Amino acid sequence: MIPASFDYFRPSTIEEAVDVLAGAGEEAKVLAGGHSLLPLLRLRLAYPTALVDVGRVAGLRGVSDRGDHVLIGATTTHDEVVRSPIVREHCPLVALATATVADPAVRHRGTFGGSLAHADPAGDLPAVALALDMVLEVRSPAGERAIPAAGFFLDYLESALAPGEILTGVRVPKLGPGWGFHYEKFHRTAQAWATVGVAAAVRQSNGTVEEVRVGLTNMGSTPVRATAVEEAARGVEAGQNGGLRRAAEQAAEGTDPPADLHAQPDYRMHLARVLTHRALLSASAHRSPAT
Amino acid sequence: MTEQLDTGVVAQQIKEHDVLDAPAGGSEVGRARRRKEDARLVTGRTQWTDNIQLPGMLHVAFLRSPMAHARITRVDTSAARTRRGVVAVFSGQDFAGEQGSLPCAWPVTPDTVIPEHPPMAVTTVRYVGEAVACVVAVDRYAAADALEAIEIDYEPLEPVLDMTEALAEGSPKVHEAGNESFTWNFAGGDIDAAFHEAPVVIERTYVQQRLIPSAMEPRAVVAQTDGDHYTLHSSTQIPHVLRVMLALTTGIPEHKLRVIAPDVGGGFGSKLQVTAEEVLSLLITRRLGKPVKWTESRSEGNLTVHHGRDQLQRIRLAADANGRIRGVQVKLLADMGAYLMLVTPGVPLLGAFMFNGIYKMDAYDFTCTGVFTNKMPTDAYRGAGRPEATYAIERVMDELAAEIGVDPMEIRRRNWIQHSEFPYTTICGLTYDSGNYEAATDRALALFGYDKLRAEQSDRRERQDPVQLGIGISTYTEMCGLAPSRVLGSLSYGAGGWEHADVRVLPTGKVEVVTGTSPHGQGHETAWSQIVADSLGVPFEDVAVLHGDTATSHKGMDTYGSRSLAVGGIAVVRACDKVKEKARQVAAHLMEASPDDVEFSEGRFRVRGTGTSQTIQEIALATFAAHNLPDGFEPRLDASATFDPENFSFPHGTHLCAVEVDTETGATAIRSYVAVDDVGNVVNPLIVEGQVHGGIAQGIAQALFEEAVYDSDGNLLTTTMADYLLPSAADLPNFTTDRTETPATSNPLGVKGVGEAGTIASTPAVVNAIVDALRPHGVHDVRMPCTPERVWRTLRTEGGEPA
Ligand SMILES: Cc1cc2nc3c(=O)[nH]c(=O)nc-3n(C[C@H](O)[C@H](O)[C@H](O)COP(=O)(O)OP(=O)(O)OC[C@H]3O[C@@H](n4cnc5c(N)ncnc54)[C@H](O)[C@@H]3O)c2cc1C
Repeated sequence: MIPASFDYFRPSTIEEAVDVLAGAGEEAKVLAGGHSLLPLLRLRLAYPTALVDVGRVAGLRGVSDRGDHVLIGATTTHDEVVRSPIVREHCPLVALATATVADPAVRHRGTFGGSLAHADPAGDLPAVALALDMVLEVRSPAGERAIPAAGFFLDYLESALAPGEILTGVRVPKLGPGWGFHYEKFHRTAQAWATVGVAAAVRQSNGTVEEVRVGLTNMGSTPVRATAVEEAARGVEAGQNGGLRRAAEQAAEGTDPPADLHAQPDYRMHLARVLTHRALLSASAHRSPAT
Repeated sequence: MTEQLDTGVVAQQIKEHDVLDAPAGGSEVGRARRRKEDARLVTGRTQWTDNIQLPGMLHVAFLRSPMAHARITRVDTSAARTRRGVVAVFSGQDFAGEQGSLPCAWPVTPDTVIPEHPPMAVTTVRYVGEAVACVVAVDRYAAADALEAIEIDYEPLEPVLDMTEALAEGSPKVHEAGNESFTWNFAGGDIDAAFHEAPVVIERTYVQQRLIPSAMEPRAVVAQTDGDHYTLHSSTQIPHVLRVMLALTTGIPEHKLRVIAPDVGGGFGSKLQVTAEEVLSLLITRRLGKPVKWTESRSEGNLTVHHGRDQLQRIRLAADANGRIRGVQVKLLADMGAYLMLVTPGVPLLGAFMFNGIYKMDAYDFTCTGVFTNKMPTDAYRGAGRPEATYAIERVMDELAAEIGVDPMEIRRRNWIQHSEFPYTTICGLTYDSGNYEAATDRALALFGYDKLRAEQSDRRERQDPVQLGIGISTYTEMCGLAPSRVLGSLSYGAGGWEHADVRVLPTGKVEVVTGTSPHGQGHETAWSQIVADSLGVPFEDVAVLHGDTATSHKGMDTYGSRSLAVGGIAVVRACDKVKEKARQVAAHLMEASPDDVEFSEGRFRVRGTGTSQTIQEIALATFAAHNLPDGFEPRLDASATFDPENFSFPHGTHLCAVEVDTETGATAIRSYVAVDDVGNVVNPLIVEGQVHGGIAQGIAQALFEEAVYDSDGNLLTTTMADYLLPSAADLPNFTTDRTETPATSNPLGVKGVGEAGTIASTPAVVNAIVDALRPHGVHDVRMPCTPERVWRTLRTEGGEPA
């Protein structure tokens, strides 16, 4: 439980952070809340030569309203996200999902940006990023670029971030009126990661479902957008006896869920269908407390 | 920024908020006292072993076998020796001449196979995690880094991980002598007659999964020497037993070895052990002449703290048509793991007399085979043998009820020992001294709202609600207060079961109690103080309890098996009786009365029929001065007592659990849990409540969450808490607890012990509830832990639901 030795840097501006990271070599890693990276170090599953701690870099932390979208700074903690009135008002799905992350101790350390950069398909936020079409803002010596969530998660713990790139913030588009949200997390203990999670957004009018967004947690080596469900749900009647159950039957389409101690793939596929139905029902009933 | 916690301030805060401490009449025993040790324990401002810093202290890290079964063909430590901060590197070969064999104190049969168990493997490794080398360095970081530079070559041997496979012909052998360690049989009555033409025969196989004890404080050891004497600090439950065993193992004479268990943060049986790390730390200190420390990481602990349970239970029950039990037959396979540790083979024997539970029957037959596999050895874990037995009989009672179509509580009533029948000698030959199953059950049923829940259950069944309701019952007993020495002897255990106490009266009337019990979370300092306060009539605050250091507490059998109060507490009572008798002599002398005319109550000696009196504090001071004592009176009030119980004690109770099972996902949620326990008289209700809560949580953990999993190569997969799931408060319901108090008749306090009751009772209550919920779907068992996936799969195979 003791990491191998590494160099440690703590820059205070983004320019400095970019420089330090570029100079620290290929094996350097950005350190944010440390709640995913440090366990890997302590179990000696990762051996970075240097850590660049972005925790005190000015301007990376906090939530702001940018008109058509909300900008969440990369080092904003889970707890700050959950408490943010801006998040709660304009992107409640983010607040709902973040509130299910582990426990208060983890939520006070872990960061929004770290959760996405880590690209863990079992994390609760990547599926939400997909469902909401978030855009990730990145800085490197080469300048700035913006990566849509749909192109960000490449493989298990692998993102589109190139060595030397620092995630600075995430744009969360505002969806506008008529939407309801729900994050349905199935896990074995309160502090455990999701066996399967479903992020759902439903827009309806006059009892008819007009548009649906569904992101799935832990159903493959990346988070998955359940496009088959989204198509099948369009136009169906909302409510318990409408067409949402049939639409949810498509939830496991195209997924390749992992096998681990908590679940085998066929069980995860079954859960995805059941939970997607429940998530769609809850979202369309506007049950989410934050809306 | 971080606020410093001050032990004194915290103690004061606890006191100020302590409505519970309000006097409840004259007696200390029975008061819900907050624990006097808690301020220092909860602030951590105390001696945990890992807090100890000694001048020049070195740090040890162990390299552990990545192979479940292999020959060690080459060891090269040269590169590691050159690493920064490294002082020494040792492999098994370096200790081969002096390390001896880790002891097993319980050869259950004359022909039990007890393999050599080198603390550090020399030629062969037999489980993943076995120590193969170690680094001693100036700090723990240097030690950990240098481990990676040790080179070891292994020639793989085939492992065997499953007990049934291990017993099959042609199985790979864990040891030359084969994979069977022993077979032990015990019978009472005529079992063939009981099963002959029995109208009802139920046969079931239950799996007690392997569990990993997870004490809050990891194991830690600090060893030091002045070249002649040795001192070992260890996070252990058994400083006294450990001292004897280490002396025998290492050859360090017993009088030159001091063992200290400072404050210890939990054990649950896992620290009832003589560990490889304890022995090796002593050997390293002997080699280097320097103090050394080792503290395990949680993952290292999951690999190498002894594991618990892991039994395959085949149980057959014969009954009359009305459900009266005729006989019970049990065939057990118990997984020993790769070696026998301190009491490994004895654990199933502690359950051997308990598969009959609280029930009457004509015949009983028990056979257990201990089996070696290439896994971490098993040993005592909270309840040790009794949870396994209770699980099997309580599960089978539900099956019997279902078979003959009566309510599971009714089937129990028809078979249990009636209150009027106590004392009752069971089919296993144990005499249950007292009990009142009717009273505990009636109270539990009332608190639970049994009939209302049954009504809701049928309603949900009728509606085919996807969420079904199940009700689980566990009417358990256990044998604790380990143990009458003669009984232990008859079971071939290597030691006795007595306990010792010294009571010292100081000149100012304050009292020191030296106990041979070794608390590691149980609150003995508080409970023993309450007992002494009542007995000697001194204030609770005037009593100090010393424990855990063989230099101050020279004699003891330590803490496990719910024995501390029922055995160690009685030793304290006996020693206090002797103190009082001496003080009476002095008081009579000083008041110029005959000792027969002197009465004692509430700390005061009074001459009957006069107004003359002396307090015990005055007597203490007079004894200290020794100016005016009876002729020939030795000037001390101090006294010792060693108490050997004549019988076990038998707590019992009724636990009821309501579980909602989501048949779509397989998820289970405990909706309500009622526990009515009878642990005899209660010294401190708050401590009892705490033990019951923790115990229930731990039993629920076995039912729903915990399982040690090895892959087919023998790698442990559950090495972190992300994989080995411990429930937290957030995963558990509120428990409704209550008590009935039927005093034990076997000891003067009337106490029975409470450390294991909750764990023993709760596991079958939860699983019975889950099975009860799903019985209409054709389900009659779900393997533990009843994970959502397992429930879902069971429903699909048994319940014939579409995939
Ligand atoms: C006990 C426990 C339980 C948990 N349970 C859950 C759970 O249920 N659900 C869940 O979603 N998460 C869970 N987590 C993870 C938690 O949410 C982490 O905080 C999160 O995944 C990573 O955020 P971090 O800030 O800690 O990142 P770090 O651990 O610091 O970093 C993670 C990775 O992201 C990279 N990184 C971080 N920030 C940046 C950046 N700005 N730019 C570029 N790269 C960056 C790092 O280099 C590293 O590779 C749990 C963690 C723990 C310890």
